[in-house]
Amino acid sequence: MNAEDIRSYHGQQVIKDPVWTWEIPCYFFTGGLAGASAGLAYVAELRGNEILGRRAWALSLVGIGVSPALLVSDLGRPERFLNMLRMFKPTSPMSVGSWILSGSGAATTLAAVNAWTGMFRRAAGPARPAAALLGLPLSTYTAALLANTAVPVWHEARRSLPFVFGAGAALSAGAAAVAVTPPEYAAAARRLALAGALAEGTANELMRKALGEDGEPYRRGAPSQLDHVSRASVLAGAALLARRGKSSRTAAVFSSALLLTGALAARWSVFKAGFQSAADPKYTIGPQRRRIEQGLRRGGARAVASADDGALQVLQNDDAPDQAGASQRTDVEVS
Amino acid sequence: MGFFTDTSVCIGCKACEVACKEWNQIPMQVKGFTGHSLDNTIDLGANSWRHVAFIEQKLPVDATENGGDLIAAAARGGAATDSNLQIQEGDGFRWLMASDVCKHCTDAACLEVCPTGALFRTEFGTVVVQEDICNGCGYCVPACPFGVLDRREDDGRVWKCTLCYDRLKDDKEPACAQACPTNSIQFGELGELRERAEHRLRQLQTAGQERAQLYLADEEDGVGGAGAFFLLLDDPEVYGLPPDPVDTVSDLGSIWAATAAAALALGAGIAATVFGGRR
Repeated sequence: MNAEDIRSYHGQQVIKDPVWTWEIPCYFFTGGLAGASAGLAYVAELRGNEILGRRAWALSLVGIGVSPALLVSDLGRPERFLNMLRMFKPTSPMSVGSWILSGSGAATTLAAVNAWTGMFRRAAGPARPAAALLGLPLSTYTAALLANTAVPVWHEARRSLPFVFGAGAALSAGAAAVAVTPPEYAAAARRLALAGALAEGTANELMRKALGEDGEPYRRGAPSQLDHVSRASVLAGAALLARRGKSSRTAAVFSSALLLTGALAARWSVFKAGFQSAADPKYTIGPQRRRIEQGLRRGGARAVASADDGALQVLQNDDAPDQAGASQRTDVEVS
Repeated sequence: MGFFTDTSVCIGCKACEVACKEWNQIPMQVKGFTGHSLDNTIDLGANSWRHVAFIEQKLPVDATENGGDLIAAAARGGAATDSNLQIQEGDGFRWLMASDVCKHCTDAACLEVCPTGALFRTEFGTVVVQEDICNGCGYCVPACPFGVLDRREDDGRVWKCTLCYDRLKDDKEPACAQACPTNSIQFGELGELRERAEHRLRQLQTAGQERAQLYLADEEDGVGGAGAFFLLLDDPEVYGLPPDPVDTVSDLGSIWAATAAAALALGAGIAATVFGGRR
């Protein structure tokens, strides 16, 4: 079905714009940074790289400290933030995420404080692997949160979006660690940043491919500009990191800034694409009409085979239904 | 319990909008003059729980598309005297009106994604927001396939039609249904309403309303059938309704599977990059 064949109500959008503001894409970034950093910290310690490990724990702590503040600030009623933990609902990625963030926050705090001060020795034992494990879904559940909506460009990307976010988290954690770790101890972080950059680019490309023509919101306006910023920054940052990251601390810091900018811009592009996809009725109606035409879904509407004569006899109520059970039906006789 | 909205008898008086505002004490929301026919409400939202849509359609005059009808009309005594011609379609123009409302879906995405449990299913099968629990997270807003819910700006919470929960508890019908002068909005037991709707649909189709269709009357549709269904005279999208609404949670299995797979891949990736090279 062509876009121009799509009918709508005065061009009005069918679904609502999300009410989320700038805090949410920032949280996608900080949450991913915190989650993947916890994983990096734990695995680096396992490998015996305590210097990288301690720094990654600190980064994770910063990320997980900022995240709840961002989320609470976005609420319509911030003082009611504790209602998020009123229940556990697997059908609500936001509910699941609130619990992941809470658990991850507690475990990461214990692990990071222990790594830097030696306090909480007993608690930090289980807290380290717990923080690392919880950090993984913390990095990807935000994609489930977006996918589990009626916003076409998010919902239709439900199989690929978690990989985009997971790769972006790896990129963020690697890049951030590169900036704060002496280059001779940061080899693993550099590899993570570069692998993350490659994976995010690939996942992003696959997502767009899978979306096909429904991915149009990514190809125009703010999402497209943010995507260009993201690609350029990541490409430049990765090139710089690969060439000079090992020898020059300045180059490492600079490339880290570029990579982090790229990761943030990528989250923002996904966020903005959702708004663009919600705002135009053709993105909602087009794919739904197509599904109906292809017989993939039944659709909300149903009509019985119809007679095609007597088109002028609208509203002729000479065959009104039995009124016995209909309490206050008062048919208007118009003929 | 629920609504059957028979749009074929809606006269666009907006009594439902007014009654709803009055009873539920919904704040004013001025959108100005939109120029979209008689519609200055435009959509459902935090401050409009009933919305009357107005569609002006210029249909091809039957003489060009379906000459038989004109001839048939002439045979009955001529177009000029056939009272039906003056009602809606005789001049090729028709005006569709429809009162829209929260659908109170059987599979309600808003309710399922609500992290606080503020949205719940009542004893009447309707879906209601508890205003003392909602913290304005806004998840239900883009989850609803119909764009019904929205956050009230100065209030921070989400508001929508309660199907007059307070009135139902007192055995009264919802304010909109009571106010509707043509019974376009009918309130009652869903099974009975569906029977009535089927009858009305057949009647309209016999009268030549080819595009007449029931909307959300089927439990097999994407939202498991709705507590508010409609008889439309044209395709749903013409009224601003999605033609194939789907409860997003029906795809939750694949969403969680991809999320878990991505988390595992991330873990494997971190381990591989840390161990796969120089320390």
